Formats: sequence, structure tokens, C-alpha cells
Amino acid sequence: MSNRTFIMACLAPLLVFSLAFLALPLVRLFLASGEGDAGWAIYLDILRKPRYLNTLILTVLVSLATTFAALAVSTTAGMFLVRNRFRGRGTLLSVLTLPLAFPGVVVGFLIILLGGRQGLVNQLTPNHVVFAYSALGLFLGYLYFSIPRVLLTVMAAAEKLDPSLEEAARTMGASPYRVVVDVILPGLMPSLIASGAIAFATAMGAFGTAFTLATDIDVIPMVIYTEFTLSANIAMAAALSIVLGIITWILLLIARSLSGSTVAAGG
Amino acid sequence: MLSSKTKILQLIVTLSACAFLLVPTILSVMAGVTANYFKGISSGLTLKWIYRVWELYADSIFLSLWLAFACLICTLIIGLPAAYGLARNPGWLSRLLEEFISLPLAVPGLALALALLQLYGSMKGFRASWTFILVGHVLYTLPFMVRSILAVLGAMDLKTLEEGAATLGASPWQRFRDIVVPNAMPGILAGALTVVTLSIGEFNLTWMLHTPYLKTLPVGLADSYASMRLEIASAYTLVFFVLIVPLLMAMQWASARAQRIAK
Amino acid sequence: MTLRLTNTAKTYPDGTKALLSTELSVAKGEIVSLLGPSGCGKTTLLRIIAGLEKPDASSEIWFDDDNVTTLPVERRQVGMVFQSYALFPNMSVRANIGYGLKMQRLSKPEIDARVTEVLEMCQLQPFAGRAITALSGGQRQRVALARAIAPRPRLLLLDEPLSALDASLRETLRDELAILLRKFDITAIFVTHDQDEAMAIADRVAVMSHGRVVQSGTPEDLYRNPTSAFVAGFVGNAMTLRGRVKGSTLHLDGGVLPLPKDGTGQTVFVRAEDVRIVEDGPLRGKVETVTFLGTHYRIGLSGITAEGLASIHSGQTAPKVGTTVHVAVEPAALMLLPEEAGAA
Ligand SMILES: Nc1ncnc2c1ncn2[C@@H]1O[C@H](COP(=O)(O)OP(=O)(O)O)[C@@H](O)[C@H]1O
Ligand SMILES: [Mg+2]
Repeated sequence: MSNRTFIMACLAPLLVFSLAFLALPLVRLFLASGEGDAGWAIYLDILRKPRYLNTLILTVLVSLATTFAALAVSTTAGMFLVRNRFRGRGTLLSVLTLPLAFPGVVVGFLIILLGGRQGLVNQLTPNHVVFAYSALGLFLGYLYFSIPRVLLTVMAAAEKLDPSLEEAARTMGASPYRVVVDVILPGLMPSLIASGAIAFATAMGAFGTAFTLATDIDVIPMVIYTEFTLSANIAMAAALSIVLGIITWILLLIARSLSGSTVAAGG
Repeated sequence: MLSSKTKILQLIVTLSACAFLLVPTILSVMAGVTANYFKGISSGLTLKWIYRVWELYADSIFLSLWLAFACLICTLIIGLPAAYGLARNPGWLSRLLEEFISLPLAVPGLALALALLQLYGSMKGFRASWTFILVGHVLYTLPFMVRSILAVLGAMDLKTLEEGAATLGASPWQRFRDIVVPNAMPGILAGALTVVTLSIGEFNLTWMLHTPYLKTLPVGLADSYASMRLEIASAYTLVFFVLIVPLLMAMQWASARAQRIAK
Repeated sequence: MTLRLTNTAKTYPDGTKALLSTELSVAKGEIVSLLGPSGCGKTTLLRIIAGLEKPDASSEIWFDDDNVTTLPVERRQVGMVFQSYALFPNMSVRANIGYGLKMQRLSKPEIDARVTEVLEMCQLQPFAGRAITALSGGQRQRVALARAIAPRPRLLLLDEPLSALDASLRETLRDELAILLRKFDITAIFVTHDQDEAMAIADRVAVMSHGRVVQSGTPEDLYRNPTSAFVAGFVGNAMTLRGRVKGSTLHLDGGVLPLPKDGTGQTVFVRAEDVRIVEDGPLRGKVETVTFLGTHYRIGLSGITAEGLASIHSGQTAPKVGTTVHVAVEPAALMLLPEEAGAA
């Protein structure tokens, strides 16, 4: 039927574009990862060479810390904002979602303003506290852009929680603490796992923030960048990109199957 | 209202989080209009850093606006028909395609940029032109456009509406123009605002794809953070905020509206 | 316009044979109803006529002398009222009704005049400027009808146009629709699963079952002379009198009934209004239920046939539950139909 042809024609531009600029480049990237001296064993090198392994471990640790901190802060704030109506609530919500549109570099700069050499903390404290360029600075930067992403997912889920469940638990004599543990957290669990996965994946892949802050320490995106630009070790840059891409993709797949929505990665 | 201890604790956490996000933003805004940030506000307020940013980086600001506009046009041309095609042709193949074009949401921009450079880096004319950066931006924003429209289209009985138009004599193209596009409008608007907001703020891909002659706003920001005095970097950040915050708010409003309609 | 379908069948890609080879003719100006239980293929048949569904090879569809089998829907000039109405939410009532005229590239004044005329016919003038979302169910139904009729289609198709309305509204709109369709003076096919609706609106009813048209005729004809157990049961809810047929008598648990003719190898049916409770009749049954329905009682009887029997009783009082009553049935009211394997 001509209708069918029209629908297929509608999909054609997308197919052409994603073939030319997504599928083929990714295949090329994958092939490039095997073209180094080590061949395909380059993927083993990531685990064998301490430089890459240590970086991987540090990246995972900082990302994990970010994830749990963002979950704790955003769930608390999110539940509070969902359950209470008061003047200024809208403003608080706007402030908490503000960083959604900030590129990672800007977030990095904001952390420098907090904890850099000319930063607020350094000015307020007597004994020169500079943390912006350490793992702590990186952690704070990642936390900065993770809070809004987790918050939005948790709030969407919290709004769907049936308040009568909590009331039922209360009538059965549950303390507020037990209500949280037995009713609220189980209800939020899918969205907590989903937004945790989003936060973790975003932190793992964050380049802009690392680019401004990670001058003294190494995380995976920075290693990819330096391997590519400084060492011209294209195969290793490609291999690390592939590994990182697969990790973040799987995590976001999990997140989406649990919550059905994805907040923009990047940062 | 704040009767129990839990509530007070929740409020404290919420306010601390707000402070954490807001304080550095305010610092940055202040630094951008302070004559000398080391001496503090007492050194006086000034717009000279903003002028300086304008002299140094006006080009990058215009390039970003132009890229965002071009990116919007491209995502509309590719994404609108595609969303319609996906909505009208449900099945595992469409799911797979949707999943595939969503890869740029998950895979870090750095990796995508490397992939593009590997394949097209040797095509000098393309590599050095602004269209190379555009490709990266379209790649990254396209899934947002497609999903935004798809959510709205998926919520209505598009097939029957189109059949109604067909029995009244409308050809496939007329149905698309008269029925599909107008009814998809909330999704298109939300998608468009998202695309523009993300394109203006995109750094990860752009940093790898840009050339010394083609710097976008965020690339210029990174540049100023590395090489300019703090006041200029802050003033530039302030200019960015002025641009992006209204867009962000419009985007959130439009997305909420589209979601309401999709329900 | 006359419509003629020959050898028309539909097998869906998943293998469902929704429509078996079907012949159907509709005369000019005739209003035909497709009646049958849910899932019997009514919508499929209607959509094939409209051109929304591609029939199996060998099917032929003729509009007058034009073979339209391969003509796409937008060129068939059919008007269709969908079960869900399919009104365009992005257009006002007026724009919805004018859309088909716009597609015919009529001039603006012409469109306006025609839309106004149709609005008037359907008594929709007060709502002309409204958004679709600001209309009630009944109003939407009328807009859908007006939209289908405005381009003066060759054939009007209606797919359960009343089923989305609540019961009380459905009855008023049913009569209204019957009047409107006659006013339009158009060839129309009307799909329903409700026999009252079919009888109220149609000149002729085609009863469908399991993907085929089993009988077609005027409502009276179908009611009085069903040719199959299915039609007898579906049109007018005939009940089976299951017993032993011996020549021209029927032996039931509750007694013996005379038949109008030799009934060997046949099944006997009767309608509730023909089952009369009398002082002395040939059958004896026990009253199980009594339902007061305003103008009459509906009485459930046991002990006459295995499946139970209902009687419409129009006296001032009804027999008590548990009592034994005598029942008579006129031999002429009994319907003898061939045994049917697997009938509904
Ligand atoms: N698109 C389809 N694909 C497969 N089977 C279908 C499709 N549409 C309808 N059917 C099947 O065809 C049969 C007839 O359906 P339909 O014509 O809608 O019946 P009716 O309108 O009488 O309720 C049903 O068994 C239904 O499940
Ligand atoms: Mg049907």
C-alpha cells in the first residue's frame, strides 16, 4: 500500500543519518581499538596495566560515592518536596533542577569557585583548604550534576506512591521509621535503582567536569582524552571508550527498564 | 506543619542541597561583575568584564546560537518524520531502531566524538567545517526530539485518526500535515526546546570536534577557565547563565505540558 | 450507489480467518445492517469495503460499475463513522466537518455553505465553533456523522456508532440516527452487535457468524423465518426445546407438544413471548424465577426442557415461585430448524 511506502519514507532520513554517523563510526572505533601493537589483547591490558586498572578503580569508587550521596540527598529532598506544600517550594525545586542544563565544564568551574585556590572555602578558613582538584572536588562536581537527575526521577515516582498505603501502615501501628522502611522505600525502589544507575553512568562518563578539575588525578574519560591527544595511542583510547560506552549503556538500559524514562546523560 | 523531627531534618537536607547548588552559582555571578574578586565586592561593581567577554568571545556565542538553530532544523527534519514512522510501525524493528538512536544518551560524548573522528577525521574539508560539529550535536540531541514527539503520538489513537482522514480523501502526506503534525505539537515544542538547550550547552563532543577557528560557547568557557582571569571566566559564565536558564525553564514547562497531554 | 462484493475474504497476517468468502449486495439507497456477536468479522468486512483493509486475492468489490478492489481508501469516496469517532482533536467542529470538502479542493465559500447545511441537518449549529474536547458523547457522535456525510460520499459506513454511549442515550440516538439516515437518502452499511439497533435502523439485516453472512433479510423476515439455529437464537432470542421428535410430536420432560409438521431430524425453537402460562396446557413446569419488567413479567420455568424455559407473562399478577403451572405453545409459533453442529 502507498501508505506503507510513506511510513517507510519517513524513517529513511533517520536510517541514513544513524547509519552514517552512528553505526559506521562505532564500528570504525571498535576496529581501531584492535589496530594497536597489542592487537585485541589491548582489552586485557586495561586490566593488566596498573595505570589503567588504578584509574578504572578510582573512577568506579568516585562514581559509587557520588551515586550513594546523590541518592541520599535527592530522596530526602524529593520526598520532602512531594509531601509538603509551602511558599517557596517552587523556588526550591527550580534551584534543585538548575544544573540540568549546565555543561560539565561549568560545573567544574563552580567547584573551583567553592574549593579552588581563590575559592570561598579557602577564603573563609585560615589554613588554606583547597580541595577542588582532588578526588573530593571531583566527587562534589559529580554530585552537583547528579542531584537534579536523581531528584526528578525520585519525585516522579514518589508522586505515584499511594498515600493510603502509608495510612494503612499507620493504622496498623507502624512508627514513622517503620513506614519509611516498609512502605516508602520499597515503593521507591525501582526508581532508586534506576536513578542510581543514571547517576553512576553519568559520573563514569563525565568528561567536562573532569577536564576542569582532574589536573592531579586520573579518571577514565581523562585517560581516554590524554591517550588520544597527547600519546596518540589511538587504539587504547578507542578500547577504553568502548569499555566505558558498554558499561554506561548497560547501566542506562537497566535504568530505563525500571523507570521508563531517561534524564540526559553528559556532564 | 513542620511538627516532627523528621520533617526538620528533611528540610535541613533540602536547604543544604539548595545552598550547595546555588552558592557557587551566586559566587560566579558576583565574580563576573566585581571589579577585583580578590579584594571582594568592596572593589566595586562593574560591567567591564562582560564587555571584555563580548570582545573576546562574541564569535563563539554566535556560533553556538547558529549551531543550536541548525541543529533544531536538522532534528526536526529527521526526527519528526522518524517519530511518526516509529509510532505507526510498532514492532521489534522499530524498538531496536529507537534503542539504537538512543545510544548517544548512554555512550559518553567523548567516545562518540572519537568514533566520528576515526571515520571522518581524514576528510579535511568536512573535518574543518562547522557541519562536523553540527553532526555531533544532531547525533546527541536527536533522540530527545524523537522520544518527545513519540511520547505524544503514542498516547493518541493515531491510526484511527488517520483512517478517519483517509476516508475523507486525505493522502498520506495530507494526513501527516493536517493530523499528525498539529497533534504532535506539544511534543515538538518540548523536543525543540530540549534540543536548543542541550546544543547550546554541549561540551563533551564539541571539545573533541572543534577546531581553533570554530569555538562554541562551552568550548570558549573551558578556554577562559584555563587561560583568563577569574573575573572574565565568571563574566562569561554569567552570559551563559543568562542564555541557558530561561531556556531551561521553558524546556521544563513544555516537557511537563507534553507529559500531561501524553497521559 | 449499489455495492457488490463477490468472493470477498480476509485472512490477517497472523493467520486469523476473520472473513470467509462472502457475497453481499446492497441496493441504491438501502440501509443494511451487519449484525452479529463480537468477533464475527463485522468490522473487518466494513473496513474492506472502505478500503482500510486489503482483502485476500480473488476478492472483488464493485461500486456501481467500478471495480474498486485495489483503489486506496482516500479515493473511494466513502464516508465512515468510527466506533471511537476518530474526530480530529486539533480542529473545531466546523473544521472537522469541512475537512473532507477541503480535500476535494472546493472553494472556501462552497465549503462554508455545505458545512452550514450539514450542521443544520444534524442540529449542530450551536457547537460549530467548539473544540472536540468540549462536546458530550452524543454530540461527538453527531459530529462524526456530519463529517462523514458532508463530502456526499457514495457510500456511508458506520461501525457500531452508538456503542460508545451510555444505555439511556443510546436508545434516543438510535431513533434519531434512523431518521437522519433516511433524510440523507444514502446507501449505508451499519455495523452493530445489538439486534434492537439493527432492527430499528436497517431496511435489511445481514446476520454474521464466524466470519460469514449466515442470513440476510428484512427484520420481520429474520424474526419469523430464521433459516438456522444461530439466527433464531441471535435475532429474538429463541430457546431450544430439547426433547425427542416423533413424527409431528415433540416429547419433552414436561409433556408432549404437537408440531406444525413432521419434525424428524430437526431441532425445535420457541420464543419467550410464545410460551404462554394458561389454565390447562399440554406442558407442566415449575416456576423458578419471576422478574417484574413493568409491562410484563418474565418467568423462568424448569422441568419442561433440560435448559429451562422463559415465558413472557402479561397478566396483572404472576404465579408464585415454586408453584407448578400449565404451559401452552401454539404449533404455528414453533420453529423447526435443521440440526447445526457447533452453532453458537
Ligand atoms: N488486525 C488484526 N489482526 C489479526 N486478527 C484480527 C485483526 N483485526 C481483527 N482480528 C480478528 O478477526 C476477527 C474478527 O474481528 P472483527 O472484524 O473486529 O469483529 P467484530 O467487528 O465483528 O467484533 C476476530 O477474531 C479478531 O480477533
Ligand atoms: Mg467491531
